[in-house]
Amino acid sequence: MENKLYTITIFSENTVGLLNQITIIFTRRAINIETLSVSPSALKGIHKFTITVYATESMVEKVVKQIDKRVDILKSYYNTDEDLVHQEIALYKVATDKLLGLGSIEKMVRQYNISILEMNETFVVFQKSGHYAETQQLFNELSSTVGVLQFIRSGRVAITKSKVERLSDMLETLKKFEDQNN
Amino acid sequence: MEHKKMSGSQILIESMIKEGVDTIFGYPGGAIMPAFDALYDYRNRLNHILTRHEQGATHAAQGYARVSGKTGVCLVTSGPAATNTITGISDAMLDSTPLVVITGQVVAPLLGTDAFQEIDVVGITQPVTKWAYQIRRVEDIAWAVARAFYIAKSGRPGPVVLDITKNAQIQQAEFDYKPCTYIRSYIPVPEVNKDQVALAAEIINGAKKPYALVGQGVVLSGAEAELKTFHEKADIPAAWTLLGASAMSTDFRLNKGFLGMHGNVSPNMKTNECDVLIAIGMRFDDRVTGDLNTYAKQAKIIHLDIDMAEINKNVKADAPVLGSAKDTLPAITELLKPAKHTEWIDSFKVYDDQEFDKVIRKELYPESGEMTMGEVIRKISEATQHKAVIVTDVGQNQMMAARYSKYSQTRSLVTSGGLGTMGFGIPAAMGAKIGAPERTVCMFSGDGGFQMTIQELGTIMQEQIGVKMIILNNHFLGMVRQWQEMFFDERYSFTEMQNPDFVAIAKAYRIEGTEVLKRENLDAAIADMLKDDKPYLLVVNVEKKGMVYPMMPAGACVTNILLGD
Repeated sequence: MENKLYTITIFSENTVGLLNQITIIFTRRAINIETLSVSPSALKGIHKFTITVYATESMVEKVVKQIDKRVDILKSYYNTDEDLVHQEIALYKVATDKLLGLGSIEKMVRQYNISILEMNETFVVFQKSGHYAETQQLFNELSSTVGVLQFIRSGRVAITKSKVERLSDMLETLKKFEDQNN
Repeated sequence: MEHKKMSGSQILIESMIKEGVDTIFGYPGGAIMPAFDALYDYRNRLNHILTRHEQGATHAAQGYARVSGKTGVCLVTSGPAATNTITGISDAMLDSTPLVVITGQVVAPLLGTDAFQEIDVVGITQPVTKWAYQIRRVEDIAWAVARAFYIAKSGRPGPVVLDITKNAQIQQAEFDYKPCTYIRSYIPVPEVNKDQVALAAEIINGAKKPYALVGQGVVLSGAEAELKTFHEKADIPAAWTLLGASAMSTDFRLNKGFLGMHGNVSPNMKTNECDVLIAIGMRFDDRVTGDLNTYAKQAKIIHLDIDMAEINKNVKADAPVLGSAKDTLPAITELLKPAKHTEWIDSFKVYDDQEFDKVIRKELYPESGEMTMGEVIRKISEATQHKAVIVTDVGQNQMMAARYSKYSQTRSLVTSGGLGTMGFGIPAAMGAKIGAPERTVCMFSGDGGFQMTIQELGTIMQEQIGVKMIILNNHFLGMVRQWQEMFFDERYSFTEMQNPDFVAIAKAYRIEGTEVLKRENLDAAIADMLKDDKPYLLVVNVEKKGMVYPMMPAGACVTNILLGD
């Protein structure tokens, strides 16, 4: 089986040391984490992790089950790009004088749908969101023309295209168990 | 309602009592001293066993848990004590043994400062625990203890670590204990799915050559009776994994023996001849499967397990059945048609006879030459009417004890299966005896493993724990030597051992002992060992270059079984 990019989504309790509990499962199987994004989810007290890895499907299935079984993890699943609407955000810092040396930057701003976050005599900060390939393309263009002083790209964030909402399924299960216990 | 104020240490102990704890294996030290001070007032309610090393405390707690079905408890200090528990915790993780290990920790304001005996216990133990948690305030102790015991014992059991800072042990709080019965992010026992059960039953009903592999899941869920009914109704032969030993009694008609690298011939061969393979609470360990690419390819696989992560981990299941074996086995049995598979079951005998002729006879009934491990184990099993708890160390002694002991009741083999921890024997036997005081406990060890935790003889002396210890002494690290002979051109690199006078060491600990050098003295020595319920060391000098056969070499096909000369 060939390696493919998989996006793993994890909902967890917000406790100390949770990230370590997740990363050690990748470490054991020598899988590199490509991107990682963590933030509070729409539900109070529940955190959401979005992780991308290159792996075979059978490997990602095993890893996700091992993550899912950790006591503090509420739900873990994986998707391929076809199942997702996904996005990354990138910031680019370039020297103002070199940028002005290009003449007009209108074409570039339109072509790449760039936003300008900051501009002063020494530098300009661009922001671009998109898929990895898109933010990379702008990076390549800026590097080969004006040079990039600093560059940062976020981890992937993603939403599933599926009509079934895993999160609401999970909450229903939780409620059922909670009711059984009360 | 007003609750009584107590120190964190008292809350810790009261909480454990609420969880039904009566025995603790531990070792005091700086960061756990407040808890030990409180324990002093509970001496009439809690039996604390002072081991000679924290690793011994964890293995003792494992032995206790494995025979009693209760959760084993350890209480140790921070730093080196905590790191000394890692082997036992890892062992419990791989063998699904419920443990709660409580470690002291430096006061909360010193966390992260490299304080004296400070170590990141939660960070170190997360990979080898079901749950690890640091308690920094007294208010969290009762809650965390309740949660720890719930997690350790429920679902697929495992070890839990609670790291309690010293300030939390000293501070005062109200004691209000609520047992934990539910954690929203944790579903210990999956609900039985009727469709999965129906599919499994349908496949079994259509089978001509069904075959079951019995693992520890049957023991952990207490499904031994349900297992027997299942087998009898559809006339299904079964074999057991190392940790599934004694889930079926040895004389059960459908019990066909031991699986894996040093298992019996027919159980391994039949894996690749059956048409339906039913795995019950076992995890297709590599020591059982050998080469996965040639493993049971002809069979439909039904996999009963409580742990979703085991399904399709090593062997792809055609019909997974999630849940506790206690629930899934009767559910499937109900849908089974009574069947007879006489011809299929009789076909095991060809291999059994072959194994007896080539291996078993000379191992169990040697007529001349040096003593063998097998004959010692056979004689002790017979002398205890096959009722003893057998505890083993790791290596040749372990495989021989598993193969040649007979089992008449469940929870009768305590051994380090997954981690293969040398030094497990002595402390695990102590815990087993304390967990089942009415039973005879016989511990088989090699001369190597015995010396890894030999200091626990001190614990046995102080507590007068009536374990019967048998060293099968071949003056070698026998299993490694066997591999060197078979796979490394007989280059015996650092496996020969010059040993001390073990009986003299036992005597120094006021433990009675005998060394047997000749076969004609063996029966009398065994009788002497079993004459009362006191601790005893029997050293038997066995053949130096004995081999454990049959052997399926690591990574080989299950049908590639070596039988020796």
